[in-house]
Amino acid sequence: MLKYLDQIHTPIAKTLSVQKVSRRAFLGTSAAFAVAVFAAPRADAFPTWETGGTAMPNGLVDDPMVFVSIDEDGTVNLVAHRSEMGTGSRTTLPMIMADEMEADWARVNIIQAEGDEPKYGNQNTDGSRSLRHHIQAARKIGGSVRTMLAQAAAAEWGVPVDQVVVSNHMVSHGSKSLGFGDLAAKAMALPVPAHEDIAYKPEDAFRYIGKGEVQITDLRDITTGEAVYGADVTLPGMKVATVARPPVVGGKAISFDADAAMAVPGVVAVHELPYSIPPAGFAPLGGIAVVADNTYAAIQGRDALKVTWEGGPHAGYNTETFMADMVAETEKPGVVLREQGDPDAAFAKAAKVFTRTYTQDHMAHIPMEPPAALANFTGNAMEIWAPVQSPYQARQDAAKAVGLDEANVRVNVTLLGGGFGRKSKADYVTEAALLSQAVKAPVRVQWTREDDIHHSFYHTASAERIEAALDDAGKVIGWRHNSVAPSILSTFAPDGGNQFFIETGMGHVDLPFDIPNVRMDNGKALAHTRIGWFRAVSNVPRAWAIGSFVGELAHDQGKDQRTMWLDLIGTPRTVDPVAEGYPENFWDYGEPYAEFPIRTGKLINVLNMAADGIGYGKSLPDWEGIGLAVHRSFVSYVAVAARVKIINGKVTVPEMHMAIDCGYAANPERIESQLQGAAVMGMTVAQHSGITFKDGAVEQSNFYDYDVARSTNYPNNVHVHIVPYGFDEHPTGVGEPGLPPVSPAIANAIFEAQGKRLRHIPMGETI
Amino acid sequence: MTKLNINGTDIDVAADGDMPLLWAVRDIAGMTGTKYGCGVGLCGACTVHVDGVAKRSCQMTVKEAMGTSVTTIEGLDQNGEHRVQQAWRDLNVPQCGFCQSGQIMQAASLLAENPKPTDDEILEAMSGNVCRCGCYQRIVAAVRLASTGS
Ligand code: FES
Ligand code: FES
Repeated sequence: MLKYLDQIHTPIAKTLSVQKVSRRAFLGTSAAFAVAVFAAPRADAFPTWETGGTAMPNGLVDDPMVFVSIDEDGTVNLVAHRSEMGTGSRTTLPMIMADEMEADWARVNIIQAEGDEPKYGNQNTDGSRSLRHHIQAARKIGGSVRTMLAQAAAAEWGVPVDQVVVSNHMVSHGSKSLGFGDLAAKAMALPVPAHEDIAYKPEDAFRYIGKGEVQITDLRDITTGEAVYGADVTLPGMKVATVARPPVVGGKAISFDADAAMAVPGVVAVHELPYSIPPAGFAPLGGIAVVADNTYAAIQGRDALKVTWEGGPHAGYNTETFMADMVAETEKPGVVLREQGDPDAAFAKAAKVFTRTYTQDHMAHIPMEPPAALANFTGNAMEIWAPVQSPYQARQDAAKAVGLDEANVRVNVTLLGGGFGRKSKADYVTEAALLSQAVKAPVRVQWTREDDIHHSFYHTASAERIEAALDDAGKVIGWRHNSVAPSILSTFAPDGGNQFFIETGMGHVDLPFDIPNVRMDNGKALAHTRIGWFRAVSNVPRAWAIGSFVGELAHDQGKDQRTMWLDLIGTPRTVDPVAEGYPENFWDYGEPYAEFPIRTGKLINVLNMAADGIGYGKSLPDWEGIGLAVHRSFVSYVAVAARVKIINGKVTVPEMHMAIDCGYAANPERIESQLQGAAVMGMTVAQHSGITFKDGAVEQSNFYDYDVARSTNYPNNVHVHIVPYGFDEHPTGVGEPGLPPVSPAIANAIFEAQGKRLRHIPMGETI
Repeated sequence: MTKLNINGTDIDVAADGDMPLLWAVRDIAGMTGTKYGCGVGLCGACTVHVDGVAKRSCQMTVKEAMGTSVTTIEGLDQNGEHRVQQAWRDLNVPQCGFCQSGQIMQAASLLAENPKPTDDEILEAMSGNVCRCGCYQRIVAAVRLASTGS
């Protein structure tokens, strides 16, 4: 049962399969590079660069002593410190260490780190940062260990270290050779070499990095049912709890029937949790917990509670009127975020002004695994098992809630059955901690799907109004975009109704078009629920609006979509944010701008790759159309070309081409799977995902009214094109940037197919 | 005495007869490969075989399951080498993996019943199994691979 978690404490040898690595290809090159690579320090094979990783809380750690241990039998244990929610970071980062170390992947064992950022560096698995920030540390860790193994062997044999060859889990000199296990104790006692003293492998000697041939770490366990997720850990004497939470954020129970719940066989306790009103960060909403011997009894007991709720300050939240208010707000001037040139003059002298407004409902992440967490509070210590994107923050929050020092709290990270931002907010972990403390037993809190949909930290709802000023020749000379949406900040601080820099920097102030007069402003919208981040965050509504607008403008101007996009982007340039009037707080996803600038040539390139891939411009049968969209987010550039076919009003996508520039592609196979997944989630965003509120409460409950794309209607034949680069083209985000351009590409294709323009998502499956 | 036959073994589950089979399998029999995703029969994460046919274990009670033979992902193949499991590995299908035991059980049931399904039959058979990560393209390819060997 605890196989996956046992690894945390006791590394166990585990044979991983590397089915697709071609042994022949490897053997063909290894002898040649082995000597060359390890002859002398070659830090020049790996010139490093600055990233925003150092500025993240607890920064980056590249100490091999923290991440690597080698057993006597030669098993190499590598720590995965980021959470695995499907992106593949638990495979890719260790794979990079193993390759640069010359470890045989089949003899590598992965150990999942507990939540401990002072030890491992930043673990907040969010923002498409795992590879972007940690790839260099992973390579350095691998190179350090390989160097130390070579030094230990050189000392053992009394030969110069630059004559020692390290290759495929063996260290040799002439006819002498030793395994990693033979040398481990001596090697790991040596000082860790400086970057300059490490003989890095040249890129053409990589065996796993950049190849996409390594199977994901948990593949076998996932396919046999042995993989361990949040609800799969059991402790002796454990209870299971469900919680009845206030349907309106900030509400409270007025009355409930604890006796009726206790009368359900298997129920052992009813416990009221303290309530919270935003801004309360990730604090639980509060409510009535029913603690039982098993999940079924906990659910039955909760049903028996018959709670009467008081709505609280947000009971007047109604989506219909709120959306209308937001749209009205976009028509008034908002707080000006970016001003370039003289937009008012441009609009005054324009031959034509083209204006459109786009809206989007709230969304819930609904990871396939609803939130669940196990806590075992034992008086002066607590141990937790949970699927969390940010285990250290979960540990801090839970420790504080039960009054323990964080030093006495351990958070073990299970696999995450999807995250998408929901599992960054570990309210469910704190619930488990409080309940374990209250009932003096290990408690697993299990959220039902209804809980997940009713009590999320929702993706914001938004209204986006865009205006273009065109001159006589049809050239766009001015652009105004007022973006109105409740802010994530309201979850953390008193709500002023405006967006903050993280949100405004996601596709709004950083519009990369070459237009001389630009104003980006932000009208007010107060939050009436918990707003959180959802895969790609504010980029989703911005790309939706901008991408749809470009499609509409193209039609209005009698241009094809590609020409319109290219006209707006202009000739390739590196954006100078100061010259283009970007705000001082433009954050570029936390990266140093000089290293990760906006390069519009990359936008053009991916747009052309996707458009050429699908054969944009070819003639199509009736009821078919192709839509294009391109967007930069998380420092990556993604274009989508979608072919839509409308069958009796039902929108289908028989073909899609996605092109990504994410810098160096360390694991192209996982990049492809992330983009295929983004295509499907984008279809869900476009057609299905709408959370609406009535009298403060969410109206949807489960898949019957909050459905997702299924096998009968998902984007088929998704072709992923990855721009090829060498290692030093800084890797950028992958998990999120695939999503934003999907829904506008679909909307543009629908228009081409049947002339209908849809300006609200979700737009429905049938139009 | 409430006995269920799970993966060929009689297990005393001592459970309320109205308990969904899902919770009996997970909480009482302690087999966690079968997942909870919705509880209302709409996601397929809880798919098991009952007398060889795919069933949503959240929609069947312990009472109804008595006297049948229940197979979970853990019992699909003794060595974990069912051709559907192999196909899933060959194509590196999963992302987060949470839906996949349900997907595999559904696919195995389809192929047992209809060894050479058409593409439309595959899509239809798999339509009750949600993958929020969006692995459908590879899932469908893996079912085809398990069916035809290519
Ligand atoms: S949990 Fe049974 S179908 Fe979703
Ligand atoms: S792999 Fe994550 S839900 Fe299917």
